[in-house]
Formats: sequence, C-alpha cells, structure tokens
Amino acid sequence: MIAEAGLAALWIAAMLAALQAFLGLGSLKAGGEPLLRAVRPVAVAQAVMTVTAFAVLLWLFYSTDLSVKLVAEDSAISVPTLYRIAGAWGNHEGSMLLWVTILAIAGAAVALLERRLPERTLAATIAAQGVIALGFFGFLLFSSNPFARLEIAPADGNGFNPLLQDPGLAFHPPTLYVGYVGLSVAFSFAVGALLTRDVGPAFAKAMRPWVLGAWTFLTLGITAGSYWAYYELGWGGWWFWDPTENASLMPWLAATALLHSVTVLATRDGLRAWTVMLAVVAFSMSMVGTFLVRSGILTSVHAFALDPRRGAFILVLLALYIGGALALFGARIATVTEGNRFDPVSREGALVFNNLLLSVILGLVLIGTLYPLAAESLTGEKLSVGPPYFNATTGPLALILVAVMAAGPVMRWRRDEIAKVAKRIAIPAALTVIAFVAVLVLAPGLRVLPLLGLTLAAGVTAASVAPLWKRKLRRTPLFTWGMVIAHLGVAVSLAGMACESAFTKETLVAARPGETVTVGPYAIRFASVDPVPGRNFTAVQAMLVATRGTSTPITLKPEQRTFDNPPQQTSESAIATRWDGQLYTVVGAPVPGGRWQLRLWWKPFVTLIWLGGTLIALGGALSLIGRALPRHKPVVEHTGYARFG
Amino acid sequence: MSLRTVRILLWLPLVAFLIVLGLVSSGLIKPHDASVHSQMVGKPLPAFSLPSTRAGQPPVTSASFADGKVRLVNIFGSWCVPCAVEMPQLVELKREGVIIEGIASRDTPADSLAFLKRYGDPFDRIGDDKTSAVQIAIGSSGVPETYVVDGKGIIRAQHIGPIQPQDMADILAAMKDAQ
Amino acid sequence: MKRLAVLALLMVPGALRADPTMAPEPLSYTQLPDPAQEARAQALMQTIRCVVCQGQSIADSDADLAGDMRALVRQRIAAGEKPEAIRAWLIQRYGRWVSYTPPVDAATWPLWIAPILLLGIGCLLARSAFRRRRA
Repeated sequence: MIAEAGLAALWIAAMLAALQAFLGLGSLKAGGEPLLRAVRPVAVAQAVMTVTAFAVLLWLFYSTDLSVKLVAEDSAISVPTLYRIAGAWGNHEGSMLLWVTILAIAGAAVALLERRLPERTLAATIAAQGVIALGFFGFLLFSSNPFARLEIAPADGNGFNPLLQDPGLAFHPPTLYVGYVGLSVAFSFAVGALLTRDVGPAFAKAMRPWVLGAWTFLTLGITAGSYWAYYELGWGGWWFWDPTENASLMPWLAATALLHSVTVLATRDGLRAWTVMLAVVAFSMSMVGTFLVRSGILTSVHAFALDPRRGAFILVLLALYIGGALALFGARIATVTEGNRFDPVSREGALVFNNLLLSVILGLVLIGTLYPLAAESLTGEKLSVGPPYFNATTGPLALILVAVMAAGPVMRWRRDEIAKVAKRIAIPAALTVIAFVAVLVLAPGLRVLPLLGLTLAAGVTAASVAPLWKRKLRRTPLFTWGMVIAHLGVAVSLAGMACESAFTKETLVAARPGETVTVGPYAIRFASVDPVPGRNFTAVQAMLVATRGTSTPITLKPEQRTFDNPPQQTSESAIATRWDGQLYTVVGAPVPGGRWQLRLWWKPFVTLIWLGGTLIALGGALSLIGRALPRHKPVVEHTGYARFG
Repeated sequence: MSLRTVRILLWLPLVAFLIVLGLVSSGLIKPHDASVHSQMVGKPLPAFSLPSTRAGQPPVTSASFADGKVRLVNIFGSWCVPCAVEMPQLVELKREGVIIEGIASRDTPADSLAFLKRYGDPFDRIGDDKTSAVQIAIGSSGVPETYVVDGKGIIRAQHIGPIQPQDMADILAAMKDAQ
Repeated sequence: MKRLAVLALLMVPGALRADPTMAPEPLSYTQLPDPAQEARAQALMQTIRCVVCQGQSIADSDADLAGDMRALVRQRIAAGEKPEAIRAWLIQRYGRWVSYTPPVDAATWPLWIAPILLLGIGCLLARSAFRRRRA
C-alpha cells in the first residue's frame, strides 16, 4: 500500500509539473495574466507531492520492505540503519527520485521566495522549471520506477554494495545533487529571461543567490566526494579524472564562471550574452553528467550499469532541453540590447579573462571525457584519455587562472591601469618570488607544475586577503568577506595539491608481524594481524604502531573486509592525521612466508586540499548570506582603491 | 566584429551540441563492447619458452608453432570457473582432430593437472605460465581466451571468453581460414 | 540493480571467478631498491590502464593481472629499459586503450590541438566584450 501511495504521489506531482508549465507559459501570452497567480501555488504543490514520494521511498528502505523490487535488489535486512536509509539514493532509480525531489523543492523555493523579478519573467522561470521536471518525471515513471513491486518478496535482499556503506554516501550524493539541480534554477532563469527578453541587472541580482547556493553545495559535494574516494578506495589518490568525477567538475567550472559573470551583469550591466550562455551551459553540464553516468557508454568504477534504452531516454531529454535552450539563445540573444562595454584592464576585464579560462578548461575536460567515445564511434578503435592528458592541459591553465585571481579583486571597475594594479599586488608578488626561491633551494628537483603551484599558492594567499587591507573590517560587507575566504580557499587547496604531488613518500613491502618499516619520518612496527568480525562482514585487521622521532606512538588498524551479501572484498585504510600531513596505511593480501602486503604513505599537507575546498564553500555561503540579507545602508560595490594609488 | 558574424557565432554552441549528440547517440546504438581485444592478431606469436606442466615433457616454445599445422592456443587456469564451463567444447574439438595447446596462467602444475583430470584434457601440450608473462605478451586480458595460430606461427584470430557450443562453428571456420 | 552489484564485483576482478591460487609476483608488491628507478616505474604504472578493471591504473589496482603487469614493468625498468619503450610494447599488445596518456599521432591530434583552438576562439569572443581603448 505504501509503495503504491508513493507511486501515486509521483504521478500527481508529474501532472502538477505539467500544469505548472502550462500555466506559466500560458501567462506569457496576451490576456494570460490571470494565470500568473496560480503558477506559484502549483509549483509549491508539486514540490509537496514529490517530497512525499521521496519520503515514502525512504520509509520503504528504512523498513526494508522486500516486496519492493528496488529494496530487494539493493538492500538487505542486515544492512546498518544509516545505510538502509542512505541506500535509498545509492542506486539509479532512487537517486533519480532524489534529483527530481530537489528539482521540485528548488522550483517551489523560487516560487515562494523570489520577489525581485517582474511577474512575467518569474512565471516563465517557473514554467521552465516545470518543463524540466516533466521530462524527468516521465523518465522515472516510464522507465525507472522506484516503486515497482516484486510478485513474490524474497526472504532477504541482495545486499548493499559494501564500498557505499560509508558516511560519505549519506553526505556526498545529496550535497552534490542540491548543487546539480540547484543549477536548474539558473537555467530556468536564463530561459525565462530569454523568453521575456529581460536580461539585465535585475535578472542578474535575482539569479545570483541561487547560483551561489547551488555552487556552494556543488563545491562541498565535490570536496566530500574527493575525500571519500581518497580514504575509501585505498590507493591514496584524490582525483583521477574519471568520467564521473569529470561529470561533477564540469558543472562546477561552468557555475564558477557563471558566478563571476553574474556579478558583472548585476553591478555593471555587462556580459549579458555570456551570463545567459553560462547559465544554460551549467545545468546542461549537470544533465550531461547525469547521462554519462547512467547510460553505460563510459566505463567507470562509478557508473550505474544501465541498459542503453534508459540511456537513450535521457539522451532524448538532453537533446530537447539543451538543444531547445541553445536554439532559444541563438534566436533571441541578438535581439537583447547589448549591455555596457568596458576597458580590458579593469575588474570586468579580469572577470572576462576568468570566464575565458574557466570555459576553456571546461571545454578541455568535456573533450577529453568524450574523446574516447567519439574515436570509438568513428574509427572503431579504443583509446584512453586519462590523468596525464588532463593534468598537462588543464594544469597550466588553472595556474594562470589562479595567478589572475590574485590581481582581479584589487582592480577597479570600468577602467584601471596596469602600473597601479601592480603596485597594489606588489607584496603578494614579492612573496611569490621569495617562495619560488625558497622552494627551489629547500626542495630541489620538483617538477614544474608542483613548483609553480607551491609558489603561486603562497603569493595568492597574500593576495586574496589584499582587498581587506586598510578597511574597517567590521564595516566590510559580508559578501566581500565571502570573496576573500573563497579565494583564500583556492590558494590553500592549491598548496595542498602541490605538496601532495611533490612530497608524498610511499613504501610498499611484504612484512612479517614484528618487522619495522619506514615511510617518510615515521617508523612503523607491524605488530600483529588479527581476525575481526563486523556486523555484515569479517575482517583481517593489521595493527601498526607508528612513531616519529620521540613522539608518542600512534596505532593504526587497516583492514581487509570480506562481505558475503553481495560477496565482495574491500580494503579499509587506516589514516592518522597530523598538523603537517597524513599517514595513510593499507594492508593487502598475504603472501607466502607468513608475510602481508603493506602499502604505506606519508602525505605532507594533503588535508589542505579539502580544507581549501571547505573554505571555498564557506566563502560561497557567506556571500550568499551577505547578498540575501537586507542591508541597512546601501553598499556600493567597492570601486575606490585610492589609497593604493 | 560585424553583427552578422556575431549572429552566426551565437548558433555555434547549438551546432557543437548537435555534433556531440550525434557522436554520443552512435555510441549508444552500438552495444558497448567492454572487452579488450588483443592487438597481436595478424602478428607472429611472441617468442616464449614455457616449462611443461606435464612432468617429463620438453618445454613448450613459440618456435614449435611454425611447423605448418594450424592450432588453437587456449589460455586457462584451474581457478577459473568459465574455463571449466568450456572444457566439454574443447574436448569435442579435440575429438574432431583439432590440435589444442594449453597455457596455464598463474597456476601450479598440480592444480592444473587436477583440473584437467576432473573436466577432461583436450591439450596436446601445456605450458606453465606462472607469471602471466606469455598471457601479457600475447595481449590477453583474462581467462579463458582462445587463439587460432596458423602454420607459420602467426596469430589469426582471438576468441574472448569461454567457447560455448554456438561458438564452435566460428572457431572451426577461423581455423579453416588459417590453413 | 543486480547489475550494480555485478559491476561492484567487477571492481574486485577475479571475484567472479575465484582468485588464482598462486601467490602474486614479489615485484608486484615491493618497490625496486633504486629510488630513481622506482620513481620511473611508478610514473609509468600510473599511466598504464588495468585491462581487467573498470577504470584504474595498474598502480592502483588489486587485480592479479595488474600485479603481474606491475612486476613486468619493474623488471624491465630494473633491466634498464626506457619507460616509453615499455609503454610502446604494451600498446603493441593491447592497443592505445592501455595507455592513459594518449599518444600524439594521427588519431589523437584533435585532443592536443584543442587547448590552442579553444583559447583562440575564446579570445575572439572575449574581444567583443571590450570597448576600444582611447589612445
């Protein structure tokens, strides 16, 4: 009964989405004004129904209702509570329902909270949201029904993939989805603005908080995903340019560019076409990512294995939405009156440069991800495009971008002079040079990218706080603090990446219990190996005692776990975090002679990577609050750096 | 930039998207073949010399494959379940006069022979490939795999996975081609 | 969603068919004594794709065949072979697919042209946002 109620709620929600679209679009026509009043409530009702459906699915998973096909296939009675619930979105159908739920909530939020837009544009926006929702509802209801029943309920389910039985699953997908789907609001805003030809500062100011919110969640989601993969997969890597990882990075790159572009449109009424295009591209990348991961056309550890028919369904949706939006763009944008133009040397100029580089990096990631597919389609030959390509092409561009990020925030709007800008960033520039020399002297033999990364990180750290110099900190607007912290986060993250790349020490051995091995500054004694039972697994646990000089010893217990429902082996790494890095240990399979394979890493300052990511997200959150809160005094975008000349 | 140029450029993203769409669609239509095919088909067998799994027999060398006879080379392991599944087909092929050489990958002679005793032994000779060196050299990405090698020692065809009854005709046809 | 479970199984290759009973090659889990050689071997292994996995390098994979390939790489580096020669040898066996670094040749030139091309197009578009500087 409950499952059927969920399905019914889903159907009602789908119909409400159709109504939402119909009312919204209808209100745009002459004489359609009365329909305007109905659009907002319908959007809210749709969200309520969708949330109900999702809540039903959560309940079915929590109570392990094995008569429901999805629960039987992807969960089991012995799965711990947290993962029973989180398992609702650990599969294709459930995660699609989560996607649609967030889409509905986003639409309702726009309907409830948005007061700055003219009614017509808002209606068009909500209508666009409804149209998007409709397609995905169709996908769910016709080919990915989460509430399908089994004729005979099995005694127990197939179990839940052990690799996903981790707090990361509870956090990473929902955060990421709020990000992906939040970008749909930007997309809808863009479509709405194109339909009503209303592209200007008001549109940008209205869209900005939504972009900030989605982008913040996306940053958090990607950071969490990276850390989760790092400690879960057992090989100490934090980014592999896997197609699924790229699928989350591409919307982020577009959203970052959009974020900066929307500020130019909001404050200077420039970059109209770029902003609208980026808003379309950002959500398009979200949808492309969804497609890639679920279509089965790309091989990835991360991919949901689906039949091509479902992939074809999403592809058709993609074609309609993205193609439609791009066609609308081509047709309408030329008739949108042009905004202000500005001097190349100016804050706008720096932001255009930012847009440019981010877009190029986005393009490269897209091309690299799709190239194997294209090559195979055209020539039949398989090839792989992996980290070496992406690092070599996007790395230098990213470094240039970070360097420009140092100068951008201290430039004036409209027109500035290079000499004056140079004066303002003289100290950070000097720091960069000092850092360069220091690194060369203290750590000779580094490869180019890590070397440049370290030096830039030092300089940009100083540069990111430059906008705060000689300001009354209490009177500085929150969104300026947000910018500073976000840029600082980038520098911190870059430092972490460079350190990890340059200074990681690795030791691989086969050791007998009782032997001592060194890695980096640590001496690690392999104390013992013991069997350990778990709730739904049995494990072989190694006890490692690590000492560094005369410090107190740390005990680490990496494990090899064997699950039997489904039968699988996983490796649980044991990580010890210190202020200056992480000790990462993994125990592998036994080898003859009573030895065990040990993989040990000392990764200096690797935690900065995710600390930086969190700072970036914090910056975004502060900016969002800063923009959304009502202000007591009107704050002018800071244009004067007179004190710096 | 003239207005006309700008107008044309504005349609560029849509065009690019449609091109990508086309490519991706064709990828969807063709079933995704996740197996890795050996690139050594058409090239000579890589040089190797493996000790024989069967005690007392001379080592199995690649040179001995250039004796004018067409053969099958089957890579298997006693630990591999699909290898057991294809044994009846291999035994049947041997009964029809096909020469099959075995390469035991990552196996001990004792285990290999016990496996063959249980499931049937279609092999003329068996090479003991403890370190998968020959498996890698031949471009194999798993077991079981079967290669058709012609009389000059050139690899002519590769069959990935167990030989099912419905594959027998294709194998025999490939062998005929290699004559 | 049984397929997801199957996919998960394939992440630990060999799980579907029971693991080989033979012990892994020592060089698949021990480093070479010479740090410079080990560094070269590591760098190469990070860019060779595991042929039985769903998207991992042989350096990161737990699969037995990946272990054997690691042992092979280390053996050859220790014997003095150049990393690029080993990569070429592997590509000869498995095709371009086995190398994560796409080679620079007729089939992959668009990949390598892309950065320059995209930067060029981007700059052209960006120019339209600027107004001419007064002299």
